[in-house]
Amino acid sequence: MLRRQFVRTLGAGSALGAFGSLGMLSGCATTGGGKGAKVVVVGGGFGGATAAKYVRMWSDYGIAVTLVEPNATFISCPISNLVLGGVKTMADITTPYDGLTKNHGVTVVHDTVRSIDADKRIVKLASGGELAYDRLILSPGIDFMWETLPGMAKPGAQDKVLHSWKAGAQTVALRQQLKDMPDGGVYALAIPLAPYRCPPGPYERACQVANYFSQAKPKSKVLILDANEDVTSKGPLFKKAWAERYKGMVEYRGKHALSDVDAATNTLKFEFQDDVKANVLNVIPPMRAGAIAVQSGLATANKRWCEVDFLTFESKAAKNIHVLGDSIQVAPGMPKSGHMANQHGKTCAAAVVALLTGQTPNASPIYNNTCYSFVSAEDVVHVASVHTYDPVKKTMVTVAGSGGVSKAANELEGRFALSWAQGIWADTLI
Amino acid sequence: MKKINRVLAGLVLASLSFWASADPLQVRSMAASCSACHGTHGFAVKGMESLTGKSKDELLSKMQDFKSGKKPATLMHQIAKGYSDEQIEQLAGYYAAYRK
Repeated sequence: MLRRQFVRTLGAGSALGAFGSLGMLSGCATTGGGKGAKVVVVGGGFGGATAAKYVRMWSDYGIAVTLVEPNATFISCPISNLVLGGVKTMADITTPYDGLTKNHGVTVVHDTVRSIDADKRIVKLASGGELAYDRLILSPGIDFMWETLPGMAKPGAQDKVLHSWKAGAQTVALRQQLKDMPDGGVYALAIPLAPYRCPPGPYERACQVANYFSQAKPKSKVLILDANEDVTSKGPLFKKAWAERYKGMVEYRGKHALSDVDAATNTLKFEFQDDVKANVLNVIPPMRAGAIAVQSGLATANKRWCEVDFLTFESKAAKNIHVLGDSIQVAPGMPKSGHMANQHGKTCAAAVVALLTGQTPNASPIYNNTCYSFVSAEDVVHVASVHTYDPVKKTMVTVAGSGGVSKAANELEGRFALSWAQGIWADTLI
Repeated sequence: MKKINRVLAGLVLASLSFWASADPLQVRSMAASCSACHGTHGFAVKGMESLTGKSKDELLSKMQDFKSGKKPATLMHQIAKGYSDEQIEQLAGYYAAYRK
């Protein structure tokens, strides 16, 4: 009997099930191995890149990992609002992918996945190539539900009315629109109903644009049009910043569900309220799991998000396919954040290595979330939480008594926030 | 299969001494959740505290002081409250023992 087979028998044995992940296993079967096994990771964001690196590390570099990512470099959404405000540059939020290759032997393929053959365990690339896998990890982030805003399908509409909710070319383009806007103009930011990527992100963006206006064009206005009833994250802290730091400049309107956009006339249309015209429109559309996950039938929750087993991140709809990051149907209290995707990546990596080496995945995952938002160029507010697996509910739950937000915006956390960014980029990519 | 069973029985006995301690893979994963801020394997970037290279006692007392509120913090008091005393002990032991 092969050692791997033997260990699997041991883990599956009913009398021994409870012992399945005890230390004895790593005593007789090394944690490395899985030689010859192939993992393909789709999407090189916080979730996918972390998973790629940690599968390599935790298999003692025994499992081959190919990462498929269309972008040439990693451009971070966290800190990208500071680029919009002119405090940081694109170079500050960009990290190359070669650290994954040089340091960890991940094969990075710059391509997109056209389709997945789950029976044959093959992904088909847009360029025509194919990649075989034993386990597939999908971390495709989010895509936008443009069909909810018919006017955005008109030619040129999406070039004029930007989301800038995937950091990159649109970050640069929106920054330019803000620079070109005359003093006394209005910047209008439309926020979709939760859940969406990065709950506090839109409110941080409003602060960063207001910070820029207060210095460069003080007669201008930031108008927040939120489909949610109220600010969805760090509400009192953001409202305090708007009331005190940007008095008379930021206006917040809740319960403003966007129904359409007329890009030609710079007009936002709402379900119940009057139209709003502004000089610069910034529309964050409703979102769903990345297209490849939806096309592959993995988005089983409202056809938007992918349900997973939180012990392994294996899809509930397809075997040997794991989904993580912003694409998943989150557990209660779990935000769609880069930090959380990094944690998903490690949990999934550990489980994938265990499954490919005949071990039992960790039955008690516990991890945390930390999210910093800049309310000015220097001052920051945070929200933090700790999440643990509940075996009865079979989902992650927040640990009672843990977590919380900043008492007030402060400069010390501003410095921590920038170190956090450097740290998580390194943990994810280097 | 008989031989295997004998091996299994031996392993079960061997494992009893491990019963009180945690699954090392579980602890490794738990520790990796710290590294989003404190660096892969606990080696932090500038401006964040490294966890590797510190004694178990130091890590343990810091975390317990965060948890009790004795040590002032921006957010670590909120994170520390999410981990049991046993988990904090395991984390401190992991980083104190980690060797590259």
